Amino acid sequence: MAYSEKVIDHYQHPKNVGTLDKSKTNVGTGLVGAPECGDVMRLQIEVDEVSGIIQDAKFKTFGCGSAIASSSLATEWLKGKTVDQALTIDNMDIVEELNLPPVKIHCSVLAEDAIKAAINDYRSKNGMPVLETEEKHH
Amino acid sequence: MNAHQTIYLDNNATTPMDPRVLETMLPYFVEKFGNAASRSHPYGWVAEEAVDYAREQVASLINADPKEIIFTSGATEADNLALKGVFEMYATKGNHIITCTTEHKAVLDSCKHIEKIGGQVTYLEVQPDGLIDLQELENAITDKTILIAIMYGNNEIGVVQPIRDISKIARKHGVLLFTDGTQAVGKIPVDVMADGIDLMAFSAHKMYGPKGVGALYVRRKNPRVKVTAQMDGGGHERGMRSGTLNVPGIVGFGKACELCKNEMEAEAKRLSTMRDRLEKGLLVLEEAYVNGNREHRLPHTANVSFKYVEGEGLMMGFNKNIALSSGSACTSASLEPSYVLKALGLGDDLAHSSLRFGLGRFTTEEEIDFTIQSVKDTVTKLREMSPLWEMFKEGIDLDKIEWSHH
Repeated sequence: MAYSEKVIDHYQHPKNVGTLDKSKTNVGTGLVGAPECGDVMRLQIEVDEVSGIIQDAKFKTFGCGSAIASSSLATEWLKGKTVDQALTIDNMDIVEELNLPPVKIHCSVLAEDAIKAAINDYRSKNGMPVLETEEKHH
Repeated sequence: MNAHQTIYLDNNATTPMDPRVLETMLPYFVEKFGNAASRSHPYGWVAEEAVDYAREQVASLINADPKEIIFTSGATEADNLALKGVFEMYATKGNHIITCTTEHKAVLDSCKHIEKIGGQVTYLEVQPDGLIDLQELENAITDKTILIAIMYGNNEIGVVQPIRDISKIARKHGVLLFTDGTQAVGKIPVDVMADGIDLMAFSAHKMYGPKGVGALYVRRKNPRVKVTAQMDGGGHERGMRSGTLNVPGIVGFGKACELCKNEMEAEAKRLSTMRDRLEKGLLVLEEAYVNGNREHRLPHTANVSFKYVEGEGLMMGFNKNIALSSGSACTSASLEPSYVLKALGLGDDLAHSSLRFGLGRFTTEEEIDFTIQSVKDTVTKLREMSPLWEMFKEGIDLDKIEWSHH
């Protein structure tokens, strides 16, 4: 199976690999997937408390090239968005941007789940109710 | 992409053809095109003579009689013919077959088919090193057992089963022994007499011969073994496999066997030295493990797990430069990790993190060194972006985390 140029580029030059301090109240962490399924994503956001804008985002991913690219792309998209704007990122936007084939759509779903999990972690740390996330078909 | 610039380490999937094999085959396409079954003219005689000679070359590699070689389209067909053919032929004697969980799909799926038509199959578990337990094998034999089907060398991990011990057990109980010798024949000495094998499948394209041709060895003496044909027609191959013989393919198969016979000893030594060099180079990495028994195995196969990196992602780091396959079948859309590695008791996470290296006749030391470096660099890079590696380094027990299964 050939990978798209964009997947290869993210794989070779992943954006925002790293770890934020998860003990900080303005940092939200989402850890999704499972080792035995072959994908685990950890996505973190750091929110500016005054403006509500995501000022930094980092990821670490165990998985195939498409999973790495999906999470790398997600961090790029998150930066500069408000938390509410971030919630509108849809997995199909990732599929489209990276030209993911059908067998790799689950990578984009995982990235969307990671975004939502990170936001929910941020919300619960800051006394906001956790959002019900729509169950995507995995 | 120019495939010739890509190092080929997937020789367990298929081998490149040896140019000497191709040279032997060429006259049999245009000039000597006859049907080996045409008895009435020189075209047929020439083809028949070529097939007879090839049959001797093939038989000689495994110490068989040429009459015991049934040419097929490959090992998958030979596996099917052996299992289904024995099941049908020996129906009055019994309906029970014993095999193991790490067999090739051609064997496992033939067994599944046999179960659907009234057969009983015991699938022996393997030990963590990939070998079967001989006592368990013997215990599984009943008065209905007609066949033991245990492979010679495994395609994914290279583990070589104790075929001589298995055949002793089979003989003792009057049960036939079939072995899938696809990965072993031509790579290590396989002797159907000394090993006590009754039926054996093998293939040309795993030993530098052409694709589309293989053979089933069927013992003729002590005991005389018969299989019911699964392909009806002109009664070729002593009635066991009808169909016009693939003369150029068979000629190439013969030559490939002759070359293996002459060069096997030196080649096995060269390959196992390189394989050991590869493993030594890779095991410098932390949390890297060789899968399968390291003593009883084929000289050209290495299967290594790199914990906390995923196999498909790993291969992407060098798949333009190195052709190999992941222990995980992720690439095939099924997203299931290798059933062979799982049968060894590896967790799904380790089974997802494995690479299979299949060395071959044309592998060089420079290629091995390049591979070691590429794999090491990629594993290191991917671990830096692996959340699991970070947790491992922080001393977190990954088994205690509640993962969101999807």
